[in-house]
Amino acid sequence: MVDPVIRSLPLSGSYGGSSAVRLEAAPPAERLSLRARPEDVAALSGALGLDLPVKPKTSASANGRMALWLGPDEWLVIGEEGAGLMQEATNSGVTHSAVDISHRNTAILVSGPGAAAAINTGCPQDLSLAVFPVGACSRTVFGKVEIVLLRTAVDAFRVEIWRSFSDYAFGLLSEGARDAAF
Amino acid sequence: MLLIHCPYCEEDRSELEFRWAGEAHIARPENIAAISDEEFAEYFFLRNNEKGLTYERWRHIHGCGRFFNAARDTVSDRFLMTYKAGLPKQALPETGASEKTVETYEATEGDAR
Repeated sequence: MVDPVIRSLPLSGSYGGSSAVRLEAAPPAERLSLRARPEDVAALSGALGLDLPVKPKTSASANGRMALWLGPDEWLVIGEEGAGLMQEATNSGVTHSAVDISHRNTAILVSGPGAAAAINTGCPQDLSLAVFPVGACSRTVFGKVEIVLLRTAVDAFRVEIWRSFSDYAFGLLSEGARDAAF
Repeated sequence: MLLIHCPYCEEDRSELEFRWAGEAHIARPENIAAISDEEFAEYFFLRNNEKGLTYERWRHIHGCGRFFNAARDTVSDRFLMTYKAGLPKQALPETGASEKTVETYEATEGDAR
């Protein structure tokens, strides 16, 4: 009998890239869309076990989880599967809005010497290291869709994308990866 | 591609991340149920649509998501200044460059025979 509760990633089985860029689907993760007032940031930081960044375009990473600054009162928190982020946010005891978007988003890991060039095929941001250093993150556009971009290393990025747009983004990244290898 | 300075991201970003959101500094009447239809139409529908310097709301919709205000020249399409939402209308910073130097069709339109 077929087990009806097997869940596969939107991009499972996808692979692509070129000699300069490696594209792979990120493993499943727990994600939180978190919004809070400035005075409640400290309590939420304590509850989640990492300091929510308050500077534009920055991220924080601790205890196997990441918090990405998206706006003055908005963060994307990414943790390992089963991290229980929702419960931790609730335990903070302060007013906030937390929405579990673990399955709304999926992620593509882009790495290699041509990673920035591949992303720049559809993204207008300056991805030079001086302007977009390791740890920098931003919500932006990629081709026709919205993404959240995080630089995880000098030549590695994480592209967070809505699951229904992931095929499009993966396809465009594959084209970019080919161009970056020329 | 136009670069627009987002006062919340504190950075110049591509116009692709932004969306126009109408004229700025339009205050909603406090007694909206009491005003006449004409006054409501004035508030709700009628816009100045000025040529040249305009104050507009923009939204960094594919970035930080915030609304902010911008002073823009509709003739040259140049953004003269942006500032956070909620601030009063800002005076333009003094700059040496004159917008009159921009050659456009509109600039000579009035002389057409």
